[in-house]
Amino acid sequence: MKKVIILILLLIQSPLILSSEDINLEQAPIDLSDQPSLQKGARTFINYCLNCHSAKYMRYNKLLDIGLSKKEIKDNLLFTGKKIGDPMEISMQTEESKIWFGATPPDLSVVARSRGSDWIYSYMKGFYRDNSREIGWNNLVYVNSAMPHILWELQGEQELDKNTGNLSIIKAGKLNQKEYDAVITDLTNFITYMSEPDQLKRKKMGFYVIGFLLLLLVLTINLKKEFWKDVK
Amino acid sequence: MSKKDSSQNSTGLIGWIDERFPLSSFIKNHLTGYYAPKNFNFWYLFGALALFVFVMQILTGIFLTMHYKPDALQAFASVEYIMRDVSFGWLIRYMHSTGSSLFFVVIYLHMFKSLMYGSYQKPRELLWIFGVAIFLALMAEAFFGYLLPWGQMSYWGAQVIVNLFTTIPFIGPDLAQWVRGDYLISDATLNRFFAFHVIALPLALAGLIFTHLIALHEVGSNNPDGVEIKDYKDKKTGIPLDGIPFHPYYTVKDLVGLTIFLIVFAAIIFFAPTMGGYFLEANNFVPANPLVTPSHIAPVWYFTPFYSILRAVPPILNSQFPGVAAMGLSVVIFAFVPWLDKSPVRSIRYKGILYKKWLAAFVVSFIILGYLGTVPSTIWGQFPSVTPFLGGSDIALVIARIFTIIYFLFFILMPIYSKKSITNPVPTRVTMR
Repeated sequence: MKKVIILILLLIQSPLILSSEDINLEQAPIDLSDQPSLQKGARTFINYCLNCHSAKYMRYNKLLDIGLSKKEIKDNLLFTGKKIGDPMEISMQTEESKIWFGATPPDLSVVARSRGSDWIYSYMKGFYRDNSREIGWNNLVYVNSAMPHILWELQGEQELDKNTGNLSIIKAGKLNQKEYDAVITDLTNFITYMSEPDQLKRKKMGFYVIGFLLLLLVLTINLKKEFWKDVK
Repeated sequence: MSKKDSSQNSTGLIGWIDERFPLSSFIKNHLTGYYAPKNFNFWYLFGALALFVFVMQILTGIFLTMHYKPDALQAFASVEYIMRDVSFGWLIRYMHSTGSSLFFVVIYLHMFKSLMYGSYQKPRELLWIFGVAIFLALMAEAFFGYLLPWGQMSYWGAQVIVNLFTTIPFIGPDLAQWVRGDYLISDATLNRFFAFHVIALPLALAGLIFTHLIALHEVGSNNPDGVEIKDYKDKKTGIPLDGIPFHPYYTVKDLVGLTIFLIVFAAIIFFAPTMGGYFLEANNFVPANPLVTPSHIAPVWYFTPFYSILRAVPPILNSQFPGVAAMGLSVVIFAFVPWLDKSPVRSIRYKGILYKKWLAAFVVSFIILGYLGTVPSTIWGQFPSVTPFLGGSDIALVIARIFTIIYFLFFILMPIYSKKSITNPVPTRVTMR
């Protein structure tokens, strides 16, 4: 039996996540309990991503959970005419975007669950200049991605060294590398949070539930012992 | 254990009911007066746990059905709506998705217990066959349910499995189309799979579980020693000497097992609901898209041993049907075990080393095939081209073929090795170890 258990443990390798192709992904240093980071990420997301991408399963009022007030959401983050209970939808039609970009920008509500946080983090850092493409950009993580580098003003322009496969800045942006990484960390943090807004609540609740069950276990074990005293 | 005596004793409300409905006698026959062997070990928990998970799946399923929309345009969104906007919807959904995987965990362990202790041998053949039928119905239930979230894996998994029917000679393509209700997996398929998942199969399962329990209580439970407790009864009372009433002894014992199970269950739900992609696949968070085929399609883990067998069997005359037939056989063959096992003893404790080796080989095959079914066959690369016979073929595929053969040999050779295996003397009464 022990041998079988060891075998099972040996066999369980890391999982079938979509992005497990042969790219080396950088680990995203995110922290879902860091509310200021989530708030900054939400701002970046709404200002930059939410023009072409929707997040239609996410409601604006969920931002209350990450420490933003109703007023802050209404004044700074809501598009005109939207209510706080509305989902993050966009006005761009999928038909139009398909003509403009060649592909409809996917909804990002659960992208952190399909791609993984590390993928998003590496992807947002992986854009480089590629003049052979119509959009002028390419991406190290997702080759021939239809998405241009939306944050190029912040990061600047990168170039791919075809021999080493490394990227280097050829034209500086508004932010230095450290600052840009921080922006992407916050953004990835928010996108990860958004993929399952209740995940922090879930983990917190888990401790209470398991604590209760452990107490119950003490009771059930003693109950069993009491009854089984007379079984010989 | 006559039906009258218990009802005559009861008074008050119970007495009133007993005159009209066999309440007390039912409780006596199936709980307080059902004598189970006193030497059950932890392997005997999984039947009760399976019943618990079944009830839980029904209950969480009812609440999911209140919010889910079986419509190709709304299904994916309605699941996300459950996860976000329904109060504790995420908990209900994770309980259901984790429950389906753990259902298979407890069922596989329950089946393994029967294989170890010969619980299918005379007079429990029918009990075992009802069990195999439950297993088949459960597989169908899980398969239909997996389409409902309408993610990429739901969609393409269903596409692959339904396409298996097309390989059946003559009627295949028409049959597949009849199952789908369309030329491809579509809204029509989703609607009928929903119907199967929420009513047809749960009803069938409930009926089969009922007959499984009736059969069990007719023949009585086997035990780790494989001896018949009914052979030694107290002469005055007619109660088996090694039997103890199911209630309260096994209800309190099962409560301990249930609590431990719930701790594992809660740990998964609250801390790792996707189980690293095994219980909820990452690709299933992408909405179903008939135009984009995922690069790697794998069924959920509990189907992978059988899926591996499907892939391992090479096509014959350009037909994939032999693989499909082998996969079907790999499941159905369990039903024949009561007649394949020719051993004079039931329990593995007295069956001898040869039988133990075969059972171990079977378990190892099952696990390795299960693992290989989750990964592409190219995972371990190819044999170098200089290798005789095998040059260039996928290593994982060859390994899968070897273990497929072992898997089937466990059953096919059972009449021989179970007869040959030298057995140890069986005690007349149960032992407590």
